[in-house]
Amino acid sequence: MCNVCGCAGDSDHFHVVDASAGGGASTPVVFEKTARQVEVMRSLLHGNDHQAAHNRAHFAAAGVLVINLMSSPGAGKTSLLEATIRRLNDRLSVAVIEGDLETENDAIRVRAAGAQAVQITTGNACHLDASMVHAALHRLDLRPIDVLFIENVGNLVCPAGFDLGQHRNVVLLSVTEGDDKPEKYPVMFRAADLVTVTKLDLLEAVGDFDPGKAARHLQENGSTAPVLRVSARSGAGLEAWIDWLVAEADACRANAAANAQGHPGQHKHAAAAHA
Amino acid sequence: MHELAICYSVLRQVLAVAASQSVRNVARITLRIGPLAGVEPDLVRLAFPIVAAGTVCADASLEIEVAPVEVRCRVCDATSSVRPNRLLCATCGTWRVNLVSGDEMLLASIELMDAPRTSQMERIDV
Repeated sequence: MCNVCGCAGDSDHFHVVDASAGGGASTPVVFEKTARQVEVMRSLLHGNDHQAAHNRAHFAAAGVLVINLMSSPGAGKTSLLEATIRRLNDRLSVAVIEGDLETENDAIRVRAAGAQAVQITTGNACHLDASMVHAALHRLDLRPIDVLFIENVGNLVCPAGFDLGQHRNVVLLSVTEGDDKPEKYPVMFRAADLVTVTKLDLLEAVGDFDPGKAARHLQENGSTAPVLRVSARSGAGLEAWIDWLVAEADACRANAAANAQGHPGQHKHAAAAHA
Repeated sequence: MHELAICYSVLRQVLAVAASQSVRNVARITLRIGPLAGVEPDLVRLAFPIVAAGTVCADASLEIEVAPVEVRCRVCDATSSVRPNRLLCATCGTWRVNLVSGDEMLLASIELMDAPRTSQMERIDV
């Protein structure tokens, strides 16, 4: 018998005293302690994943390739974008969503290079999430765009965890950072579909960065991402990077066309999702 | 510190389940996190009480099961437990492996306490 309320149960249940019961005597309310267990088994970031899927539908409807650019701060994301925009000029139309804690500096640089840009300032948030990207993409006209770059907040940790709806993750590793970064930040480098070793023009000055070692560390992380060596300043290696982008954009457009034929309602649905 | 964002996401999901089941409070929340998910269990434990304050999850205990990092070799088919930054087969040494465990980031289960059975009692909102 329970020695608190005198009920027939054991003492292993909860008693909550209801203060509103009058007469001075408190009345215990009995709960079963063994509560119901509910299996959920959903991603911790279920809400973000849902929003990312919605973004992906927007991108598919517009037939636009979306690349999430990630790296530590100062690895050369914006410089690579400037060089890319200038080289792609006549072949593909580019837009950029810029993520930074503060300032519109990067968006100004991208516009000067000749592309549409929307700046997201995150305040103190260390990464972009799918809802921030969704708000930004409604400030862009996606229809004439072939490639949309999302330049994530410079950070080798948090951005790796948040799906934005992108098709490809590109992670930059500058030669000034050291060739052991993939070993130190395995989660980020495992997320990469392509790794670009940047600032190749500084390789000699740095002296101890071994691109082969960086590639080996990547492989040991289980990454099968190709590695391109580039210099935005000298232009070295940019042709291979441009070729990769053009091939990805072609594949994306072909997919969008095939889906539009197979599912005629899809365009309308995605476009209407947030009209 | 994206663990705070993760805790908000967990809280939203748990509150949605609790609201759909006339639940008095949530007793336990179990997460399963792998070292390759990029989520630090200790920081989640620190952050969760901050986001749960004032909700039906305020007194919930947060259990975090840490999943092992395991790979299965595509060459020799062996399964090995490995370090998060060294996904190599422990038997034959190749990098040609598939990750079978270690990048999970799951809300596994929730333990719910039912509302009072005594009908004359006023519902005590927490």
